[in-house]
Amino acid sequence: MTIEPGLYHLLFISTALFFIGVYGFFTRRNLITMLMSIELILNSVNLNFIAFDKYLWPGKMDGLFFTVFIIAIAAAEAAVAIAIIINLYRSHQSIDVENAEDLKY
Amino acid sequence: MNLLLLIGAPLLTALAVLLSRNKQQVKWISLAGSAVQLALAFALLFAFRQERAAGNNAQMLFEQHYKLFESLNINFHFGVDGISVAMILLTSFVVIAGVLVSWNVEKMTKEFYFLLLLLGLGAYGFFISLDLFILFFFLEISVIPKYLLIGIWGSGKKEYSANKLALMLMGGSALILVGMLGLYFTTGYSFDIMTLSKANIPAATQNLLFPLLFVGFGVFTALFPLHTWVPDGHSSAPTAGSMFLAGISMKLGGYGCLRVATYLLPEGAKEYANIIIVLSAIAILYGAFATMMQKDLKYINAYSSVSHVGFSLLGIGMLTQTAITGALMQMVSHGVMTALFFAVIGMVYDRTHTRMVAEMGGLMKMMPFIATVFFIVGLCSLGLPGFSGFVAEMTVFMGSWQNDDAFHRIATIAAAMSIVVTAVYILRATGKTMMGPVVNAEHLQLGDAKWNEKLAAIILVAGIVAIGIAPGWLNDLLKPAAEEIMNRIAGK
Amino acid sequence: MPNATIIALIPLLPLAGFLLLGLFGRKYLKTSSGIIGTALLLTSTILALYTAYEYFFVYGKVNGIYQQLTPLKITWLEFSKGVSIDMGLMIDPISVMMLVVVTLVSLMVHIYSIGYMKGEERFSTYYAFLGLFTFSMLGLVLSTNIFQIYIFWELVGVSSFLLIGYYYNKPSAVAASKKAFIVTRFADLGFLIGILILSYCSGTLDFATLIQRLTSPESNEFKTAVTYSFLGASALTWGAALVFIGGAGKSAMFPLHIWLPDAMEGPTPVSALIHAATMVVAGVYLVARLFPVFAITTPAVLEIIGWVGAISAIIAAVIACTQTDIKRVLAYSTMSQIGYMMFALGVAKYGAEPALGYTASMFHLFTHAMFKALLFLGAGAVIHYVHSNEMNDMGGLRKYMPITHITFLIACLAIAGVPPFAGFFSKEEILLAAYQDNMAIYWIALITSGITAFYMFRLYFTIFWNKPHHAHGEKHGEGGFVMMLPLVILGIGAAAAGFIPFGEFVSSDGRPLESHFHLQFSILPVALGLAGILLAMWLYYKQNDKPAKLASSLGGLYKAAYHKFYIDEIYLFVTKKILFNLVGRPAAWFDRNVVDGFINLTGNTTQAVSEGIKKVQSGKVQQYAIYFLGGVIVLAVLFIYIWK
Repeated sequence: MTIEPGLYHLLFISTALFFIGVYGFFTRRNLITMLMSIELILNSVNLNFIAFDKYLWPGKMDGLFFTVFIIAIAAAEAAVAIAIIINLYRSHQSIDVENAEDLKY
Repeated sequence: MNLLLLIGAPLLTALAVLLSRNKQQVKWISLAGSAVQLALAFALLFAFRQERAAGNNAQMLFEQHYKLFESLNINFHFGVDGISVAMILLTSFVVIAGVLVSWNVEKMTKEFYFLLLLLGLGAYGFFISLDLFILFFFLEISVIPKYLLIGIWGSGKKEYSANKLALMLMGGSALILVGMLGLYFTTGYSFDIMTLSKANIPAATQNLLFPLLFVGFGVFTALFPLHTWVPDGHSSAPTAGSMFLAGISMKLGGYGCLRVATYLLPEGAKEYANIIIVLSAIAILYGAFATMMQKDLKYINAYSSVSHVGFSLLGIGMLTQTAITGALMQMVSHGVMTALFFAVIGMVYDRTHTRMVAEMGGLMKMMPFIATVFFIVGLCSLGLPGFSGFVAEMTVFMGSWQNDDAFHRIATIAAAMSIVVTAVYILRATGKTMMGPVVNAEHLQLGDAKWNEKLAAIILVAGIVAIGIAPGWLNDLLKPAAEEIMNRIAGK
Repeated sequence: MPNATIIALIPLLPLAGFLLLGLFGRKYLKTSSGIIGTALLLTSTILALYTAYEYFFVYGKVNGIYQQLTPLKITWLEFSKGVSIDMGLMIDPISVMMLVVVTLVSLMVHIYSIGYMKGEERFSTYYAFLGLFTFSMLGLVLSTNIFQIYIFWELVGVSSFLLIGYYYNKPSAVAASKKAFIVTRFADLGFLIGILILSYCSGTLDFATLIQRLTSPESNEFKTAVTYSFLGASALTWGAALVFIGGAGKSAMFPLHIWLPDAMEGPTPVSALIHAATMVVAGVYLVARLFPVFAITTPAVLEIIGWVGAISAIIAAVIACTQTDIKRVLAYSTMSQIGYMMFALGVAKYGAEPALGYTASMFHLFTHAMFKALLFLGAGAVIHYVHSNEMNDMGGLRKYMPITHITFLIACLAIAGVPPFAGFFSKEEILLAAYQDNMAIYWIALITSGITAFYMFRLYFTIFWNKPHHAHGEKHGEGGFVMMLPLVILGIGAAAAGFIPFGEFVSSDGRPLESHFHLQFSILPVALGLAGILLAMWLYYKQNDKPAKLASSLGGLYKAAYHKFYIDEIYLFVTKKILFNLVGRPAAWFDRNVVDGFINLTGNTTQAVSEGIKKVQSGKVQQYAIYFLGGVIVLAVLFIYIWK
């Protein structure tokens, strides 16, 4: 039997996705992984937007627009982040976040 | 006369200095610029006297309005009365002398002169502004260069002194800003001094705002016990820096105490007058006694400044017309005198490479010109007739004595006692450094003042003598302005 | 009527000399300074004598009373309505008399110094300072305004300071100049406060108006002034007493006299001019100027003046007997003679016969200027010859310097009060005035005059007799024409000045005062004077051990007098121990440690706090993220549970 996914399912998934992302962001030392975690968080937000759009305001396009918007920004952000990471690697020979702590007091 | 010239001239000079290519150009441009400023100040004096003689009795002359932020009611409003004219004259004297004595600055000459001129610009702008916001803006302009002047070209523990000075003055500025905003919001959104002076401000508000503004400006003018930036700041600053600091910056504070705090908030002034008197009497005597124990010439003059500036605060606190006139005279007189004193100390230091009194002696033999100027400024400092200090102090005393109760009398007598202590420390310093046997054989090779130093000293000596021999012209400038302030205090 | 230009020129010419020599003397007028200064002063002196002649014999007297005239008055600084400092010229008997004294003595000193100061490195500076002093002193004398007198009062103080410290590389001279300035400054503080009180009470600073208002009980100012009181005395009494403190400081009255003996560090002609004949009598002049106020309104202060004068006179005379530096002996003698002038004023009353003391005081001031300047110039000649101030280095000089010897003898006879020399007449009048008013002061004065004769002849005999011949034995002897001329002129003055009918010209109220000569009254003082002279002759005519024996038999008294009754030590204790160590040092310490410490404490506290919290900024991105998350959670909780 197939279960028609409801709002709560989707919210559950997006919440799980969000906390997986947060967990990844806090615990991983590799900047690429941290970037991926951020993408997870963003995607969980996207999922929320779509879910609310579909179940609460069907027929309105606002949620979808925001999702597209976020995907676009996430792409740009990923490009910038990877550029930073590459530069960091060039100067520090590492992409371990523990080593990138020069910006302190 | 167009008052904008007074801002324009230093601004153009400063820009020209920035664009000039070598040190010689920098110096000569600065000198020419400051000479123009001096000429403008004199032109202003004569124009002002002419207007007054022609029967123009408006409180402010040569007024100019320009809109800046109309929605916030912040505007350029310039104008001068006798007090401003006297202060502008003082500033121009100190600026040209400061430029002259800095002739031998080798380190980053361009930046040094730029900052000096900027400081002067701040002072000119401050004295002609009649809008609190613009006034505050110029006040801040004159603070920042001081930090750099001390921090970069200073000596001794210069970083410490620069920090201390900048932080204490900024603290004062913060109080001023709060007080200013308080005025702005309680009086229907105006920063204009002329408008505010006609506003009817409730006594409770005045009592709240007066301490903020008075203490804020008081920090600038070494109000006891917030005077401790003075000794450190002065002693670490380069010669011209000390001259500007004591000759101009401290006067910004005194002017603000009078024009902003006392004039705009007369009820508050009456409420706190006794506290001001007590603090300034303490500053006068205690500063004098503290001076007696100093061993460094710059510390001697710095502490004596605390004591002397106390007279202008005392005069303000006494709230009589004569005393306020005296307070203003003391500001002008002390400005010129102390600039001269620092200039001479600088000249001595440039030669002997020490400022310790104990390490000098008999310098009159080698440098008669410097020694003569040292004597003149010392005698001016201890209030000898014929020099400006006497006139100012006596006017303060005469004004103070017009209050006929025991409290004011005792404060006056306490302040008067300082003239003896002043004599003690001045004569100790001159006696040990200029007279007596030569203590260091190397000093026998030293030379007298160069042309630039001589010119600077002569200009400033001319200033103190002009006030000391014929005080009438200064009195004519200041007295009507003091009367306006008294009228507001008396509620007329 | 007086010619304001001529009178104004009298002080202005020396001022011109000061400016000319001060600005250009060092470079361009090195050798001619003396001539220029002297020529200017000669002109001044002639103008002063002319003014005196005109005043006393042509226009001064109207209806038998000498008028007080103000040919010139310019407002210099106006404080408030009616209260202003004026610069002006006042012509009345005492100011004209002082004009003559000051210009004459100054001229003598100018001439004398051409020889005495020859070859000095700062020759022109010396003459510049002399010009400054003469200008200030003349300005003081001519003052129309109590503040004007204060201004010139300070200026004479500073000229005195500059001239005492003339030998600026000599530490003792520097110390002496400082001491003179500071002690008189201290007294001037009293003067200043006195001026403030008097001006407040009278509502004016002008002498004539002030005296008129404060002496007539009908005036409003007088009525209100007497109602103020402080510590049991009226404000006016305080004011007058404080003004007198100023005068006492300048005139070296006990206990403010300590600067005068040290002031002898200056060049000797300067001591003659400033510290004997003119500046030190400024205090007497001040009291005389305000005499109506003292005599009519505050008689209590006048009595104090009398006692201060008498005590100073006798103390100084006793100390003078023990000193061995000839200039110091003369300095104490000056103090003693000024004491005479002071108490003469103190025993006087205002108007007619009882005001004899006033006339006597001014008379003594006049004669004293002559013989004391002469004594100092003579001493200068001796010092010039011996190159020492010590009595013990001198002796038997009468053959080497005959003119100095004769003129010195005349001066000694004059100061000892031997008829018919000048001092006799003025001293008789003073004693008579004291006799009529206060017997205690009279006896003190009488004893003092005996002591005066003794110590002056002690000086005379030690210098010119005592040892058979002088050790130097050089041939140059006298100091040349320019140094002899003033001695001779002043010698004539010291011998003959007493015959001037002084009471005719100078009295408290302008009316001529008949001075009667009482033969029987003058026997006692003259006898005492002669006894003093004989005693000195017995002790010092030949070198012997009698003085030493006498000194040791007097023991403690001699020692105390030799050490000037330890007054200097008391002052040193008060200033060094109390003012410096108990006030100055703690003030400086307090400022550096407590006041500044508090400011630094605020700075340091801020710094310590930020030091503590700066660890938060670790540079670790993930830590920041945790703070961020924590913040979000806290906010979420707040929004959900607290603010709903």
